[in-house]
Amino acid sequence: MPAATRTPAPPRRRQTPRAPTGRPRRRRNPWPYLLIAPAVAGGVFLLLYPLLRAATISFQHFRMGELIRGGAELVGLDNYRELLAAEEFWAVTLRTFAWTAVNVVLIVGISTGVALMLARLGRRMRVALMSALALVWATPVIAATTIFQWLFQSELGVVNWVLTRLGFGSFQGYSWFADGGAMFGVLVTLVVWQSVPFAALTLYAGLTTIPAELYESARIDGGTGRQIFARVTFPILRPMFALVTSLEVIWVFKCFPQIWVLSQGGPDDATTTLPVYAFKVARVLHRYDLGSAVAMLTVAILAVALVGNLRRMLRQEGNES
Amino acid sequence: MRTRTRPGRRPAVRAGRIALNTAAAAVLAVMIFPVYWMFATAFKPAAEIQSETPSLWPAHPTLEHFAAAVGADGFWTFWRNSLAVTAAAVLLALAVSLLSAFAVARMRWRGRGPFIVMVFAAQMAPWEALLVPMFIIARDTELLDSLAMLTGVYFMITLPFTIVTLRGFLAAVPAEVEEAALVDGCTRLAAFRRVVFPLLAPGLMATSLFGFITAWNEFAFVNVLIIKDQGKRTLPVWLSSFRDVFGTDWGATMAAATLFALPVLVVFLFLQRRVGAGMIAGAVKG
Repeated sequence: MPAATRTPAPPRRRQTPRAPTGRPRRRRNPWPYLLIAPAVAGGVFLLLYPLLRAATISFQHFRMGELIRGGAELVGLDNYRELLAAEEFWAVTLRTFAWTAVNVVLIVGISTGVALMLARLGRRMRVALMSALALVWATPVIAATTIFQWLFQSELGVVNWVLTRLGFGSFQGYSWFADGGAMFGVLVTLVVWQSVPFAALTLYAGLTTIPAELYESARIDGGTGRQIFARVTFPILRPMFALVTSLEVIWVFKCFPQIWVLSQGGPDDATTTLPVYAFKVARVLHRYDLGSAVAMLTVAILAVALVGNLRRMLRQEGNES
Repeated sequence: MRTRTRPGRRPAVRAGRIALNTAAAAVLAVMIFPVYWMFATAFKPAAEIQSETPSLWPAHPTLEHFAAAVGADGFWTFWRNSLAVTAAAVLLALAVSLLSAFAVARMRWRGRGPFIVMVFAAQMAPWEALLVPMFIIARDTELLDSLAMLTGVYFMITLPFTIVTLRGFLAAVPAEVEEAALVDGCTRLAAFRRVVFPLLAPGLMATSLFGFITAWNEFAFVNVLIIKDQGKRTLPVWLSSFRDVFGTDWGATMAAATLFALPVLVVFLFLQRRVGAGMIAGAVKG
């Protein structure tokens, strides 16, 4: 490459190796490979290796003893068999699906409303709302989690105060963190509140790309607001909706810190989803083998959403280059 | 107000405007309230926090809670740990991904396609599933309770995203600019340093911001990898265990949350426009 630095016509340089005979010489250029080497090394040691390690452990007998002494034995599919036979695992899996469905439906629904709202607002109000969304978006997860603990406190929490003032007297001193259903509700509120900004701003960005003429002609043809959304907006934004939905599914499904900090999966396992379950089984019960098996199954379930997303990325990649 | 009656088109349109703006104001209030409440509580004296009817804003603002949070055991240590781990991880990710992004954006080579696929796949890596193996690997290599291991993990979490966004910013710098510098006798490295790098600076800023936010906020891995040596914890873990630190002192807890969130909020709002666009572009792309 350095030899070519003084050639005055770069385009020619690109064409020459494409001579019909023989292989292009630039293939032997080591530079690209040297440039990506650090990234590849990082990926191999810090991502691929842990993933393979998790897979291996899930086929081993790996508990407290093996953690200290080493020398874990292969036990084939025993861990998976134990897991799939346990009622608890199926309960947790079902709960995780319910948790994901409730959150994602709320997130996408509310975000669509907010995005449509943003598109219709005047400039000043729109900027104000967008700034508020950005502020919420930027609030760190653990800070938000701590805030929600304070909002939902039983005695001095502002939520109970507001609910009592609104006439729901039963909420006076209500302890949200003691009841499974209430805890679930608080966690859903937290996750939806944190996720709406990204989804709403992304959908709004998509909305702004729809030409106004389309709306005008739809209106001239007598379309009502709902019809216009169903026949014009939604079809055009379908890829955008698919993107937002699949990203939210992934995020909500594997959401861990919020649940762990607020409830540790409790009370009575009412908020134990798969990632929390995997962690609890491994670190609390020291069943590293079983925990890894849960993690691998989580990855397998997620893979459906992940692969779909990957394909979308690659299609976009193809369109761009 | 004519919000209810809809005799003709015109008043209906106006009523619609008012309803829309009211709804928007309500959404804004609901969204912003938790963050506002954090600030408000942090500045309220204890008596106001504990009053039966909460006041909407601090009547007698005080800094005592901030003093309590900053004065809490180890606050500065955790602050320093957080900053060190975040900065190291982000700088490392920037350096490594700049190399990769350059190779992807400016060179044609065999394996480029697969490499991009791998980066995209790594971007969606299920990190939550790797908590246990990371713990075991750290234990086997005696890297438990070490900030180095944490830095490595954060580096890897932010790396794929950094490569993707940097590649985008790099592709936006026209190759002709670089070629002109080459024609003028620069070496490839000098052309990069003198011409491309200055044009890339805003992109580097925005990209490092995402890495900063990710690493600064990360909780699960610190929680798993830092076990015995409390002096190695970072702010998120410290904040999550506020009950051990402050008991039920919500003023101090909210002050601590404010101090933790503030760097991110400031940086984010400061660069909001670029970040917003970049995040959305990044999200749409991957």
